[in-house]
Amino acid sequence: MRLINRHPGRVTTTLLGLLPFLLIMLVYSLASQERLADNPNDKLLPGLEQMTAAVDRMAFQEDRRSGDYLMWQDTTASLKRLGLGMAIAASLALVVGILNGVLPLVRSNLAPLVSALSMVPPLAILPILFIVFGLGELSKVMLIVIGTAPIMMRDVAQRVRELPGEQLIKIQTLGANSWQVITRMALPQVLPRLIDAVRLSLGPAWLFLIAAEAIASTEGLGYRIFLVRRYLAMDVILPYVIWITVLAIIIDQCLRLANRRLFPWYNAGGH
Amino acid sequence: MSFITVSNLWKEYGGQVVLENLNLEVQQGEFCTLVGASGCGKSTFLKMLLGQETQSRGELLLEGKPFPGEPDRNRGIVFQRYSVFPHLTVRQNVLMGLELEQKPRLGKLFGSARRAALEKVDAMLVSVGLEGSADKWPHELSGGMQQRLAIAQSLIMRPRVVLLDEPFGALDPGIRKDMHDLLLKLWRETGTTIFMVTHDLKEGFYLGTRLLVFDKVRHDPHDPQAFGATITYDLPIARADSKLFEDIKDSVAQTARHQAA
Repeated sequence: MRLINRHPGRVTTTLLGLLPFLLIMLVYSLASQERLADNPNDKLLPGLEQMTAAVDRMAFQEDRRSGDYLMWQDTTASLKRLGLGMAIAASLALVVGILNGVLPLVRSNLAPLVSALSMVPPLAILPILFIVFGLGELSKVMLIVIGTAPIMMRDVAQRVRELPGEQLIKIQTLGANSWQVITRMALPQVLPRLIDAVRLSLGPAWLFLIAAEAIASTEGLGYRIFLVRRYLAMDVILPYVIWITVLAIIIDQCLRLANRRLFPWYNAGGH
Repeated sequence: MSFITVSNLWKEYGGQVVLENLNLEVQQGEFCTLVGASGCGKSTFLKMLLGQETQSRGELLLEGKPFPGEPDRNRGIVFQRYSVFPHLTVRQNVLMGLELEQKPRLGKLFGSARRAALEKVDAMLVSVGLEGSADKWPHELSGGMQQRLAIAQSLIMRPRVVLLDEPFGALDPGIRKDMHDLLLKLWRETGTTIFMVTHDLKEGFYLGTRLLVFDKVRHDPHDPQAFGATITYDLPIARADSKLFEDIKDSVAQTARHQAA
């Protein structure tokens, strides 16, 4: 049988999927053991023991200086920025995207600007944001917004324009005015697609968040990673990276499930 | 005065003539079927009736007044596909028009107004045979049921003109027959004026009261786009006989071959 026609069973699929993770863990722990055997104080490849100790210190014991549980404090600070940034970006994307998609006059007016904005490398204007909005929360949230909104705007506008032309004619023959075309036809059909767009934009959003936190912040996951880098504290950095990854996966899956629940017609092939 | 008057109507796209010198008078309540080869302007003519296209020259009048330049609630349409809303259930799809009409801002009905509207909707669903699927999503329906839904969605608005653009083109032959019966029944009940474009000459020949054949009279083998199509036959269906059916079939097939060449 050809290779392209050989499909693994359920159990095999799971095992094959787990294999790379197990391999990475195995290679890491072997390398770590070797280095620790040479030098018990090695910082570069900390063992499981050191990492759990670090997590315990960061997450479950009060910081001696500030009295806070640093890892939770970092997590809430980062998630707040990420959530606020994505919420603003998604709302902007929805409004601009729908207007761009539905109204030819707005499209002629705004689409070139949106296209141009989406080409600006967001990190290049981070200094401008710091200058304009200061070093506080606003500039970090703005970086996420500026980094993700234009692409989502284009995506939403594109989705609106992909709706069959027959639908647009049909709703007009049912007497709809422009406002109703937006609220009853475009908006409800574009919402699940917006959630998909947000899921795709979350990757860049994390990137911008951590970059902004690394440069100017006093708390946050990205801030912490870059802070402890000075002491080569891999025992903190590695669990933080894993934690960020886990958070990203949880958010992504929540959005996926919300999409399924809220828009049953969308995921059953009704579009 | 006729309900719809078409006089010296031309439609051109750049140098390409699609329709030339169309003249037609249609009375209220007629059921016209439009047949002809692809590219003979049937759909273009339908789009002009709908307000999606405007003529290049000539007049297109509804009760003596020019046709509105954009689609409106007086002219219903059923396309071959994609004319129902995938994000609404069957019932909500039919309810849509009533909601849009009664609530210009909100576009939604609540309470007793909604209940009254839903009664109309349910009656309409019964008459197209969809009462058992009221709460299904369109993607759960077969092609024929989706077209029933599209028809119900249009007819609930009681449009003065109903336009059908190859509505049964994608359906199985057996289901087509049922759809013909349904369409004739609804037409008799509502007394609306119907224009139906079809590829299927036979369908055009036996459905409706009047057959309009769109065909090219003049043909330039070196420049197929130079001449447009016009109405070559305009017949009341009752008088049509099988010899004529064959003649028209040959003529249309010949044009189709010319187009393809």
